[in-house]
Amino acid sequence: MTSAILLHPALILIIGALLLPLLRGAARNVAVLAIPLLALAALWLLPEGRPWQVQWLDYSLAPLAVDKLSRLFATIFALMAFGGGLFALRQESRLEIPAAYLYAGSAIGVALAGDLITVFLFWEFMAVGSTLVLWSAGTPLAWAASRRYVGVHLAGGVILFAGIAGHIAQTGDVAFTAMQADSIAHWLILAGFLINAGAPPFSAWLPDAYPEASWSGTVFLSAFTTKTAVYVLLRGFPGAEILIWIGIFMIFYGIVYALLENDMRRILAYSIVNQVGFMVTGIGIGTEMALNGAAAHAFTHIIYKALLLMSAGAVLAATGRRKCSELGGLFHSMPLTTICGTIGALAISSFPLTSGFISKSMVTQAAIDGHLQMVWLFLAAASAGVFLHAGIKFPWFVFFQKDSGLRPADPPASMRWGMILFAFLCIGLGVWPDPLYAMLPYAVNYVPYTAAHVITQLQLLLFSGLAFFVMLDYLKRTPTITLDFDWLYRVAGPALARRLGGRLSQARAGLDGLAREGANRMTAQIHQHRRPDGLLSRSWPTGGMALWVMVLLLANLVFYYLG
Amino acid sequence: MKYEHWLDNPLNVKKLWRGFIAVLALTVIAGFFTDLHPHFEIEGWYGFYAVYGFITCLLMILGAKALGLLLKRPDTQYAEDGRDD
Repeated sequence: MTSAILLHPALILIIGALLLPLLRGAARNVAVLAIPLLALAALWLLPEGRPWQVQWLDYSLAPLAVDKLSRLFATIFALMAFGGGLFALRQESRLEIPAAYLYAGSAIGVALAGDLITVFLFWEFMAVGSTLVLWSAGTPLAWAASRRYVGVHLAGGVILFAGIAGHIAQTGDVAFTAMQADSIAHWLILAGFLINAGAPPFSAWLPDAYPEASWSGTVFLSAFTTKTAVYVLLRGFPGAEILIWIGIFMIFYGIVYALLENDMRRILAYSIVNQVGFMVTGIGIGTEMALNGAAAHAFTHIIYKALLLMSAGAVLAATGRRKCSELGGLFHSMPLTTICGTIGALAISSFPLTSGFISKSMVTQAAIDGHLQMVWLFLAAASAGVFLHAGIKFPWFVFFQKDSGLRPADPPASMRWGMILFAFLCIGLGVWPDPLYAMLPYAVNYVPYTAAHVITQLQLLLFSGLAFFVMLDYLKRTPTITLDFDWLYRVAGPALARRLGGRLSQARAGLDGLAREGANRMTAQIHQHRRPDGLLSRSWPTGGMALWVMVLLLANLVFYYLG
Repeated sequence: MKYEHWLDNPLNVKKLWRGFIAVLALTVIAGFFTDLHPHFEIEGWYGFYAVYGFITCLLMILGAKALGLLLKRPDTQYAEDGRDD
């Protein structure tokens, strides 16, 4: 058991994160790269099954449970930590990489958790790690965003905890297995998972918070929270039909909001919601093909979204600008960043020969196999829409369009290699999907490269590109944001609280006055009657008493006769 | 005239456009010679994917535009009055 604790991949990353601040210079750089690789090696040495079980209170916990699905997600999380660490080597904040490794380690912890209590523990650690990543940006905007971010996630954590407690009370079982959304407890668990996935109505936390992190912080943030949510949905609620429609809503929400957005990294943040929507839809369809597709898409998405955000981060680090309306023409002086960003953009659009093509199409295929024509039509439109809002819009407005006159150079070596590595993976997985297919939870019976599939996909995407350029006037960037659900807790809620607070304090002041007046009156009366010579304190003559006794006795007599 | 980059030359951009349109045409023509294994009836219509991709994108842009009329605000909206602090 001791060796299992030491070799738990999540603990390797978390302990590594705690040790990192002690190191300096080359030793620190080596450690940044070695820790995720160690975790990856430990992960692949683990046998399938539950090598580590603990009795705690009345529950048997399994903090380390390995099967194909958990290994797939833990693998991509460790890879992501490595790529992100490489990209962030030159990050000046000394907090960011340790925080990101705590965050990545916790995500791996969720992926390898065999019981709901361990899931919950690592779930909360993730909220802490990601908030620290946000903090390390060190700007007032990041600080404000982090407070909203942590608020949403702690609330989500409470909902999840309530669900887990209810589940344990009902079943007495803590094991994390597939559930049905059939009781309040399970609905609460589902809601807790979905909040982290960026599902409606809580999608806004993602584009609100992630783009406020540093140039490297957003790369880490894009990967773990939402994809851990995809993982727990895959394991906990496969085939829950409501997820199809939640997913489709997320897909189009992401497209529409990204089309309206001006901030380059916020465009990419909206497109995270969009991409997670494809995965959630796949989980809702629930066939083996669909679940494979959702898992594969999570894997490829982490890589190309990180790549896109790396290229955006390189632009931000070089120019200090983040708005499309202030960028453009950067291909002149940043050729490598332009190429890597474009590869990421092609991959997210599922162009043939990129990783998105071999993963997303499995979800679409599952909709076809299940004869879900409506769902399929939505997914096809959405595929075109992805090219529109991320595939062309991002590289076009950042690297091409009008010339902003900026001529920053490509970033330093560590950032370049981070981008090259992930660009290579985007193409590599697209050309040779077999290693990824072999890691998927179910046997893959799918051939992505057929003439029909390539031609139809190219038609869909290229004509969507045509629509982009035809409608370019409608897509001109303006320095605006688009209101979202977060308006309720950023503006309406506080305003309501302030107004209610004003009313309440007025009402309280009024009540106070009334109470004081009443009390004063009462004391005055008491004083009046009980002071020396007052009605109740003065001495009475004996004759008066005898008179009153006689009156009472007479009354008694009268009632006696009447009764 | 000397351009900083070959993409800055409008002639080259025009060539790219021609190439793009040629590729567009090719993908539609290729659909004619390939069995596309349509599963749904609608999929079997000639050039369905091209038309569908184009039209849905137009609709998404217009839809976004319409929503923008309602929900767009200056990007200083939240910063101006320090509501966040």
